[in-house]
Amino acid sequence: MAELSATGSSAQTQRSWYKRNEIAVTPWLFLLPGMIFFAVYVIIPIFQSVWISFHEWDGLGEKTWVGTANYERLLFDDRKFVTSFWNNVKWLFLFLLAIPMGLMISLFLNQTVRGIRFYKAMFFFPFVISQVVVGLVFSWFYLPREGLLNAILGFFGFGSVNILGDPDLATYGIIAAGLWPQTAYCMILYLTGLNAVDPEQIEAARLDGAKGHRMLWHVVLPQLKPATFIAFVVTIIGALRSFDFIAVMTNGGPFGTTRVLSFYMFEESLSEFGFRMGYGAAIAVVLFFIMLFFIAYFLLSMYQDEREARR
Amino acid sequence: MFPTPIEKTSRSWQLTYQSLLPVALIVWLLPLIAVATFSIKPETDFAQGNYWGLPSSFELFTNYGKVFFESDMKRYMLNSVLITVPTVIGAVALSCMTGFALGIYRFRGNLAIFFLFIAGNFVPFQILMVPVRDLTVSMGLYDTKIGLILFHVAFQTGFCTLFMRNFIRALPYELIEAARVEGIAEWRIFWFVVVPLMKPAIAALSVLIFTFIWNDYFWAVVLTQGPDAQPVTAGITSFNSQFRAAYHLMSAGSIVAALPPVIMFFIMQRHFIAGLTLGAVK
Repeated sequence: MAELSATGSSAQTQRSWYKRNEIAVTPWLFLLPGMIFFAVYVIIPIFQSVWISFHEWDGLGEKTWVGTANYERLLFDDRKFVTSFWNNVKWLFLFLLAIPMGLMISLFLNQTVRGIRFYKAMFFFPFVISQVVVGLVFSWFYLPREGLLNAILGFFGFGSVNILGDPDLATYGIIAAGLWPQTAYCMILYLTGLNAVDPEQIEAARLDGAKGHRMLWHVVLPQLKPATFIAFVVTIIGALRSFDFIAVMTNGGPFGTTRVLSFYMFEESLSEFGFRMGYGAAIAVVLFFIMLFFIAYFLLSMYQDEREARR
Repeated sequence: MFPTPIEKTSRSWQLTYQSLLPVALIVWLLPLIAVATFSIKPETDFAQGNYWGLPSSFELFTNYGKVFFESDMKRYMLNSVLITVPTVIGAVALSCMTGFALGIYRFRGNLAIFFLFIAGNFVPFQILMVPVRDLTVSMGLYDTKIGLILFHVAFQTGFCTLFMRNFIRALPYELIEAARVEGIAEWRIFWFVVVPLMKPAIAALSVLIFTFIWNDYFWAVVLTQGPDAQPVTAGITSFNSQFRAAYHLMSAGSIVAALPPVIMFFIMQRHFIAGLTLGAVK
């Protein structure tokens, strides 16, 4: 009997402890599963990669500590790395063209004529197609004999070009393929933004005689700032993540001229010539730090928004 | 409205615009139209060099039939479904909870955890590749669907948390307070008050994640090999080597591989765009 009441009362104190701290404890209980998953698969691997990058490792046997040797080789003695790095720079700059192109298409489509919803959806849907398929579609489009591009060029009396076989053109050909879905994404961001532009401001500016590109620049674009920010974020991330297109369209070739860091890293770590995980990890760390620079900027902007929202 | 509504412009520009629309659309979709025409042509057209003339016969059913019945395509498609659907459920479930915790409660570290989720979501895949592959191998999950699902759920939780938290933030907080005054337990508030209000967010996230995961290629090649577990994005490369230079079949195959997210998009268009453009308007 005494025992029974003891357990009963301890259960009661337990329940009341939870009850007393319910509001403090609940968020952590809700966060726990998500945080464990995210930590195990995302946060901890980042540090593990940094650790591995100081080793030589084939992925199976023992890791051998080599200090900064991987980085030294990477930065001072690896032409493939240099090519990949400059291709990444090309990707970054040229990929940003998706933003003005998306804006132009969205201005073109921001009307209320019959069937415009259909047109908007059709302009957008390349974004939904997997990058692998977009890559394949474009590599067939570029084919020297069978491709539509050369059929069109031939029709207008130009000679045929083998874009993906030409070391000087291949990267640009791949970026063009990547721009296709990315432009669609930026377009939909701007269409949504244009929808929310304050009509009174536009009318007021019209009365003041603003029109055309001056109206766009001074009245419309400032109101599209949130859309531009997101377009910028997704385009930068997209440019640095460009892996699928390269793997599918050229597999790094011709003569390794289309490699980017993300592809080169994969090639080194899981290549047919053996697994160089340590070296691959070092490439990944470099890519990570390039990305970190942008991530820091994005987070800072979001943080400022958060603080304004609190006020 | 900007630009000037077409109804308020000159008749001639109105007509130009109306005729420009279909032309622009055709130019925009040209590479895709090319592939679609390839996929209904007979093999003989390619042998005879008739790439861009009219198809000599209409072979839609033969070509697509071959894709389905004479290759591993069915299995790859099934794998994709079996990977994508559990991932969507897992990531949405986890992020409903994290979003609720971060959106409703004020506690120390709230914003830091939230920003950790966002930052993790932007990280390049390559920095995770070696350790995640290693982890998956050591759990005996290499080349299994579960191995891929677990990673996808974890990684997508970052983006989903961002989405859910911001959505829950915008809900009227008075509802929660009113429920607390009634003395309702916190988990019941989550289940009976917040989750029903999250339906549009759940729908939007589900279509988005479905598309992201269906279209994933990198993790498919890192964590799986062969038709037992590989999704269709990775399977299409071996499909293409099976039918090397048979452009009519390769075209049909890639259209099949791309189709499910496209159908999903056209059915759930409103949710899909609402999800993608979250934050594009203040």
